[in-house]
Amino acid sequence: MFTSLQRISVGFALALIIGTALGILLGQSKLADETIGSLVIALQSIPSIVWLPIALLAFGQGSTAIIFIIVLGGTWAMTMNIRMGIKNVQPLLIRAARTMGYKGSELVWKVMLPASIPAALTGARLAWAFGWRALMAGELLGRGGLGRTLLDARDMFNMDLVIAIMVIISIIGLIVEYLVFAPLEKKVMTRWGLTK
Amino acid sequence: MDHVIIKNVEKTFFNKEEKTSFTVFNDINLNIKKGEFLSLLGPSGCGKSTLLNIVAGLDKATNGVVQVGSKTITAPGPDRGVVFQEAALMPWLTVLENVMFGLKKKMSKGEAEKKALEYLKLVHLSKFIRSYPHELSGGMKQRVSIARALAMDPEILLMDEPFGALDEQTRSMLHKEVQFIWEQTGKTIIFVTHNIRESVILSDRIILMGTRPGGIIGEFPVNLARPRQPSSPEFVKLEEDIMKQLAGEIEKVMKEEMGDDYNSKKASLLYGSNRNMGEHI
Ligand SMILES: Nc1ncnc2c1ncn2[C@@H]1O[C@H](COP(=O)(O)OP(=O)(O)OP(=O)(O)O)[C@@H](O)[C@H]1O
Ligand SMILES: [Mg+2]
Repeated sequence: MFTSLQRISVGFALALIIGTALGILLGQSKLADETIGSLVIALQSIPSIVWLPIALLAFGQGSTAIIFIIVLGGTWAMTMNIRMGIKNVQPLLIRAARTMGYKGSELVWKVMLPASIPAALTGARLAWAFGWRALMAGELLGRGGLGRTLLDARDMFNMDLVIAIMVIISIIGLIVEYLVFAPLEKKVMTRWGLTK
Repeated sequence: MDHVIIKNVEKTFFNKEEKTSFTVFNDINLNIKKGEFLSLLGPSGCGKSTLLNIVAGLDKATNGVVQVGSKTITAPGPDRGVVFQEAALMPWLTVLENVMFGLKKKMSKGEAEKKALEYLKLVHLSKFIRSYPHELSGGMKQRVSIARALAMDPEILLMDEPFGALDEQTRSMLHKEVQFIWEQTGKTIIFVTHNIRESVILSDRIILMGTRPGGIIGEFPVNLARPRQPSSPEFVKLEEDIMKQLAGEIEKVMKEEMGDDYNSKKASLLYGSNRNMGEHI
């Protein structure tokens, strides 16, 4: 189980970082949006588990291959949401910041990115969901972690263990949803003035 | 001494797709003295915000120049603070952090905080420094944004209908605050409004703007002692003079927006009562 949690943490974090960076790029540069943007949309429609054979060939049977598909599973949702967030920042906030001497990258860091937090949260939530699915699928086919244990249990006809692992999988999902995302979202929505 | 010099300024918006263009105004000339409180008054769409944004450096003039002192404006600068019609506060920052937002760029955090507190006190918001914008009323938000602009200590304050969305009472309280601040700091203020009474209460000089063709159509110095009494005969007289000159302009705008079935008698009854053009356009 700890292997699984470790993999998803690393994969999820990477997806957030790469997704944010790419999203800022796409939201900022029209050229990047028209080129890389369409690529991202194309990649987004490929279920990330499809990459597993390539990942296994490239990275071998270890955690790296699994983390790779978690990242692929989560990055695109994060990218597209950050991109939307950056594009939809109220122009008024940017204008106000400009009158106070902000320009260039400072505008991105101090205004556009914070203003995109609600979109980022939606992105993170999706990235988590996709990443979690990718992890389970990856582990069923790959090695180690909860997914593998699930398969082993089946091979030993240990139904109790199978059920127990499924329960653990859903509980982890629920914990993240209710203890992490839901309260975060509530706080962010209120503060950003998005609640009705 | 002239502080802001607006010379032959034209603004034309081009629509690239339809290959059309629209000239808001084509030759604005206006000089504003140091420490003067100037109002820009005119019907909706006459280009008040456009002109203010050009002075702010947020938009570029198609032709002509704007100078502050001897410097030609090309971009926003710390010498010009802007208060927008909507408060434009960063929702993720507290009231205090919002006021510190611009200050932090030019001084240490400690100094910025001290200064921000001082200006929040000036607008009577010391109790709310830890609140977030969504916890404030419209008038309070607008006061934060005034404090934010003032704290940067600009020589020139540009205010675009800052009290447009507020109720009468809050507005009149903020009028007092703005006058107090202006008297204390001696800043040059350019104040955009559609409210005739507001402009007469506050300004040294009122510039009337009109549409089609857009431009300056009149100028009224206000030589009344402060604080001004809206019920005094001189006040009422001035209000009426301004109203008369604007009436034709307002009709033009209404005709254009409403088409042929516009009835000028009805409309003049409408705006006759409270001298606030904006609400009827
Ligand atoms: N980006 C733009 N593209 C095209 N036309 C514009 C643009 N911005 C403003 N205009 C036009 O310029 C004119 C002046 O607009 P502006 O916002 O300056 O008016 P205003 O006097 O401030 O009106 P209000 O009192 O309603 O705020 C309007 O007719 C508007 O349609
Ligand atoms: Mg305007």
